[in-house]
Amino acid sequence: MTYQEKKSIVSLISAILIFGMYSLYMYPQYPKGGVESIETFRYWGSFVLILTLVSIIAHIIISIMFNIVFRITTNEKEPKFADELDKLIELKAFRNSFFLFIIGFLLAMGSLIIYQPLHVMFIILILSGFISDVTGSVTKLYHYRRGV
Amino acid sequence: MGKNLVGNHIRRLRFNHDEMTQQQLADKVGVTRQTIVALEKGNYSPSLELAFRIAHAFDLPLEEVFFYGDNT
Repeated sequence: MTYQEKKSIVSLISAILIFGMYSLYMYPQYPKGGVESIETFRYWGSFVLILTLVSIIAHIIISIMFNIVFRITTNEKEPKFADELDKLIELKAFRNSFFLFIIGFLLAMGSLIIYQPLHVMFIILILSGFISDVTGSVTKLYHYRRGV
Repeated sequence: MGKNLVGNHIRRLRFNHDEMTQQQLADKVGVTRQTIVALEKGNYSPSLELAFRIAHAFDLPLEEVFFYGDNT
């Protein structure tokens, strides 16, 4: 298995773990008050912002750790640049990821139209962000293994 | 994902060139080893520019490194 394949797998697992652990941590903190109180909006706002920040930091740390482990276990250096194949796969991953996020975004807006509670819209929005992240990693893994 | 129609003799040519490693060829043509692996497996059709760079690395014309369709 090459560096890029391993990196896609690590990225996929870390995305699932980060989202899962963060959701489990935030779930009990859901405000008890009115369903659409200021506190509820604050909760969802902080959920998204902190998740974004935590994801970025965790991905950077995991990426550094992965590179160290990769160097030690394989005696190979990680590629320092992205070549034409990497860029092509990156574009395909971004396309699929973006497509799924847009679908999720539209579904979230649709939930407001059919009078669903506000938290349904936020959950769909956050889940679509997570699914699009996972899709990006899966697409990369698929194309690195099966070709373009 | 179907196999690409552009095939190549890169693996054989590497061995004929002092058993050049995938990494050495990758360094020579400016791509990662992963790309050489994908090319040898027939999982990726290179850009015209990369195809020329690979042919130059072996000092051969393009058609002696790459072929279109079945070459058996």
